[in-house]
Amino acid sequence: MKQKVKIRLYVKGRVLGHKRGKRNSRPNTSLLQLEGVDSKEAAQFYLGKRVAYVYKAKREIKGSKVRVMWGRISRSHGNSGVVKSKFRTNLPAHSFGASCRIMLFPSNI
Amino acid sequence: MARNSELAPHVGRHSRSAVFAKRGLFKGMKTSTTAATKEVHAAPEKKAGIKKNGKFYPAEDVAKPKVSRKTVGKTQLRTSITPGTVLILLAGRFRGKRVVFLKQLDSGLLLVSGPFRLNGVPMRRVGQAYVIATSTKVDLAGVQVPESVNDAYFTKAKSAGKESKEQEFFGEGQEKKLLSDDRKSEQKTIDAALLSNIKKVDNLAKYLRTPWSLSKGDRVHELKF
Repeated sequence: MKQKVKIRLYVKGRVLGHKRGKRNSRPNTSLLQLEGVDSKEAAQFYLGKRVAYVYKAKREIKGSKVRVMWGRISRSHGNSGVVKSKFRTNLPAHSFGASCRIMLFPSNI
Repeated sequence: MARNSELAPHVGRHSRSAVFAKRGLFKGMKTSTTAATKEVHAAPEKKAGIKKNGKFYPAEDVAKPKVSRKTVGKTQLRTSITPGTVLILLAGRFRGKRVVFLKQLDSGLLLVSGPFRLNGVPMRRVGQAYVIATSTKVDLAGVQVPESVNDAYFTKAKSAGKESKEQEFFGEGQEKKLLSDDRKSEQKTIDAALLSNIKKVDNLAKYLRTPWSLSKGDRVHELKF
């Protein structure tokens, strides 16, 4: 579909890293920081929302170099709006610091 | 699992068959499958036998399948979604478009119309999880959704048989898909009534025409829709 105006229907997020202790990391959960979310209460809105980590790879699949890893936000983390998320396949370490998309669905507004 | 405590790592106290017997799952399994088939074949014979002399009876109890009293309920709509609510689509081909909610279909999906003339969204089904409900309402007076517009209306007609790969390659036998006239006319009749109601309210048509999008610094969790 041709769209003159670019429509963004996701909130920007940043992958902070895996959930971890002092020495051990737990890669089955990833920490995300969402734009404009700076409290535990504000983070509640985003629980359950789908997250897309979109990245580019060298080899084309079905004519596209763009790939996606999907996950969901599971709970908040700490007091400053950081959020825990589970991805279908664990996020790789080279995603740390990269941006991700927090979709607005499943919506409950 | 719980019955079979471990003696050593990966070595259980009971044998495999002992655990199977203890769990007792076979009781349900066997009777439900084999008895049912037996019943069908033997039923007329048995009846005849009983009539002649009553001393014969089935040697094994035939398990009757439990009758389930559960029924599938209709999906509950969010309280914010009522007929006439303007919704924002969040995913799919028409993402970002503002549309009017007409009614809930039997499958629980929402029947929605752009209207087509305003923003190019035809009558469509959407899941309520993929929608933001706004506080704007459109008056649905005079808008009648015909009975024919149901879930079956939106399912694709199955193509008759697979074409051979050769045919597919050369593009033979492929007809361009055209919308049926029925669909166009139904869209028109519903939209006509909708549009007349929309025109009565200032700026409502303009509002439906413009897509919704996030922009820099927007905090979705603080927005009022």
